Amino acid sequence: MNAFTRWMGRTAIAAGAVLVAAGAYAADISGAGATFPYPLYAKWAEAYKAKTGIGMNYQSIGSGGGIKQIKSKTVDFGASDMPLRPEDLKEAGLIQFPTVMGGVVPVVNIKGVQPGQLKLSGDVLADIYLGKVTKWNDPAIVKLNAGVTLPNQAIAVVHRSDGSGTTFIFADYLAKVNADWKGKVGVNTSLQWPTGLGGKGNEGVAAIVSRTDGAVGYVEYAYAKQNKLAYALMQNQAGQFVAPNSDSFQSAAASADWSKSPAYDILLTNQPGEKSWPITGATFILMYEKAEKPETAKQVLDFFAWAYHNGDQMAEALDYVPMPDKVVGLIENTWKQVKAPNGQPVWSGKTM
Amino acid sequence: MAVTTDSLAVRAGQDSWARRQRTLDVAFKATTGFFAFAVLLLLGAIILALCIGAMPALRKFGFSFLTSAHWNPVTEDFGALVPIYGTVVTSIIAMLVGVPISFGIAVFLTELCPTWLKRPIGTCIELLAGVPSIIYGIWGLFVFAPFLQSTLQPILINTFGELPVIGALFGGPPLGIGVLTAGLILAIMVLPFITSIMRDVFETVPPVLRESSYALGATTWEVVWNIVLPYTRIGVVGGIMLGLGRALGETMAVTFVIGNAHRISASLLAPGTTISAALANEFTEAVGDLYVSSLVALGLLLFVITFIVLALAKLMLMRLQKQAAS
Amino acid sequence: MSALYARRRISNNIAMGIAVGATALGLFWLAAILWTLLSHGVAALGADIFTKMTPPPGSDGGLLNAIYGSFVMTLIATLIGAPFGILAGTYLAEYGRASRVSEVIRFINDILLSAPSIIIGLFAYEIMVVPMRHFSAWAGAVALAIIAVPIVLRTTENMLNLVPASLREAAAALGTPQWKVITMVSYRAAVQGLLTGVLLAIARISGETAPLLFTALNNQFWSTDLNAPMANLPVVIFQFALSPYEDWQRLALGGALIITVVVLSLNVAARAIASWSGGKQ
Repeated sequence: MNAFTRWMGRTAIAAGAVLVAAGAYAADISGAGATFPYPLYAKWAEAYKAKTGIGMNYQSIGSGGGIKQIKSKTVDFGASDMPLRPEDLKEAGLIQFPTVMGGVVPVVNIKGVQPGQLKLSGDVLADIYLGKVTKWNDPAIVKLNAGVTLPNQAIAVVHRSDGSGTTFIFADYLAKVNADWKGKVGVNTSLQWPTGLGGKGNEGVAAIVSRTDGAVGYVEYAYAKQNKLAYALMQNQAGQFVAPNSDSFQSAAASADWSKSPAYDILLTNQPGEKSWPITGATFILMYEKAEKPETAKQVLDFFAWAYHNGDQMAEALDYVPMPDKVVGLIENTWKQVKAPNGQPVWSGKTM
Repeated sequence: MAVTTDSLAVRAGQDSWARRQRTLDVAFKATTGFFAFAVLLLLGAIILALCIGAMPALRKFGFSFLTSAHWNPVTEDFGALVPIYGTVVTSIIAMLVGVPISFGIAVFLTELCPTWLKRPIGTCIELLAGVPSIIYGIWGLFVFAPFLQSTLQPILINTFGELPVIGALFGGPPLGIGVLTAGLILAIMVLPFITSIMRDVFETVPPVLRESSYALGATTWEVVWNIVLPYTRIGVVGGIMLGLGRALGETMAVTFVIGNAHRISASLLAPGTTISAALANEFTEAVGDLYVSSLVALGLLLFVITFIVLALAKLMLMRLQKQAAS
Repeated sequence: MSALYARRRISNNIAMGIAVGATALGLFWLAAILWTLLSHGVAALGADIFTKMTPPPGSDGGLLNAIYGSFVMTLIATLIGAPFGILAGTYLAEYGRASRVSEVIRFINDILLSAPSIIIGLFAYEIMVVPMRHFSAWAGAVALAIIAVPIVLRTTENMLNLVPASLREAAAALGTPQWKVITMVSYRAAVQGLLTGVLLAIARISGETAPLLFTALNNQFWSTDLNAPMANLPVVIFQFALSPYEDWQRLALGGALIITVVVLSLNVAARAIASWSGGKQ
């Protein structure tokens, strides 16, 4: 071997060592799932990494994907807006806890219609998504919107093409207010949509609506706000037309009694209250009770503990509703169920 | 020559060298042969993996998988009809639009183009082939679809929309994205492949055939249509089928602009889905064994379809090569 | 009679006019696509795109982790796929020119060449992601290697077939063992052709998205861990372009420009090397 070959060999070994070492340092925790809370999780992850150096890698692939990935153990935690039922949790060996609440808002792209100008009722919205109402100047819509000029334009319906908890919350609401929807389409993360085009993730729906004239879609409120989409006012159970904002979301969330549901599987759609936003929901994290990698599970819980105690302002800036302190206490208690193989709870109870 | 100890030693050394070389020869041939054979194994492995993955869905649904238009992850009722329809329709549009244009370019390059221009234009067309499909998708989403939404689609709706039979093909609001847009982008994508094959087969025509028809006073077009095309028809069909094979399997360009709706609509302006777009969109999020298995079954279907089309294309092109060689 | 001539001349002119128009149309699309990439992508190019990581929406960032991930996976895929393809192509060109089995292998190889890349991704998912129980850069590299092999095999075989038999025979006449004839004579004579094949394969796999969707997934942070999801340009572009955020869309177009420049340069370089070696023959 000549000198050059020896030098190449040594450099290659050194480079390899650096790469391996660097790999060992990046102590990332990985999660995947709902696009509903993604803007907030991304902000939390950035701030957490700046504070602790630990990266939280979240893939926003839809609630359906989150449930699948955690069940096949390809990620450290899954995220879903559709809560799993206690029996399903038990069967899979998972625990579930909510992180924030938010609102799903209908958004439209009609020339001349400003954000907050269009008024819709749940019944009419369901009929639009059923394909029964096909034009913006349909009498049913015009009746609710005196004083707004609606064009004689075909409605381009936009829905989710992937498995989505946002869809679940939206469909749950429509099923509650429109019997036809309940019978024909039902409630789940993935539906057989009677009409419309599919967008991938909340991002995809927002992108299509902003590009397509005459479109209507449903997105989590942060997406409507960030992309300056024209959201519609909805008529709630009390008959009032309310705008989506943290007040109306909090009003809907106020009636929830979390202590009665150990699996936290409460649905917040069509809640009573004069100011309540009718399409509100919480978003959940799924983790294994028996932690195969206790160190990683602890890091995940440390992240969310930090988020509960330090992330409220970031949540409110994006119009999400943070969990009330009492509920955070209940959740941290639930975390004691996450145990290492030796039976010890993984989370120490101390927050950053 | 006296057989001395020295020369015996040299002979022995040479023998052992020869033995070593023979071993190395065998080893080298075996290694390369192994890798060559591994190509066959690879194909077999792909088919096997797809079949195993698709088994649950195929067992559950049987033949009705091919004819059912349902795609309901909630009730776990899956059928391949909608993706198959989308794949077929977008590919047909791609062929109807792309083949004439490719033919025109091939004719230009072989008959009309000055020699100094042939290389650059040929290279440009081949560069189109090199552009990754995701670039086509992005371009389609950001530029082409909005362009179609504001220009071509309203024209189509206004001129054809009200007619009795064809009207249904062009109904619905101008969305920009949809089956037609996906088909048009596929046409642009398969252009370079079909063009280069057509060009190659056109150049296999013996000059004497061309020259004798010119001597009889034929125009260029008459030579192309009556001499070149019939002579090369097998190769041309092979090239078209190769383009078809690519169009059937194309994923990224289609996913961006097809609209992702699991529905068969009469209108070409409506959204739909293809097998590859459905896979790209839904695979990572499919929950439940039957859902995943149905998607793998779709993949298997696509593989079988493209395999058949590409095999036919290859056979035709091989026939033309034999014909040209003889 | 002159009416017949006129009709024939007119139809010839129309047909030729259409042919010119078709060529202009074909070139127009290339120009339109490149124009879009340049005009929108250049806005995103700056020092940032090469030095910062992919950002969450609303923050500043770049594509460094994606560029690195694509580079690493392409490199590994080439290291796996190129030797595979070269050795297999060598067998077909040097040992199996007329055998039935070689015909079949060639046939199958050409089919794999045009097979939908999403099926390859699905296959890599089944054999690597499922048993390993997580996404990884290794699975992504394997998927890309499977796509690269047919390209390298085809070019290797074609280029080795171009080496004149007289070179081989001369070496054999000197008593060279066959394996040395192949490696020291054939390979040396065809080295530019082999390089062309590898470059074309790299160009092809640099732009592939579908195989990476189910194998390497994506990663918003810097990661050098090959055993975990790794960021890569095509999937990042896919995600960012479909999003409603303007800064993400800008980065997507910038990334698209980078990929296109890399792929087209590799294609042009491969072609240049091939024609240079053709001249040498």
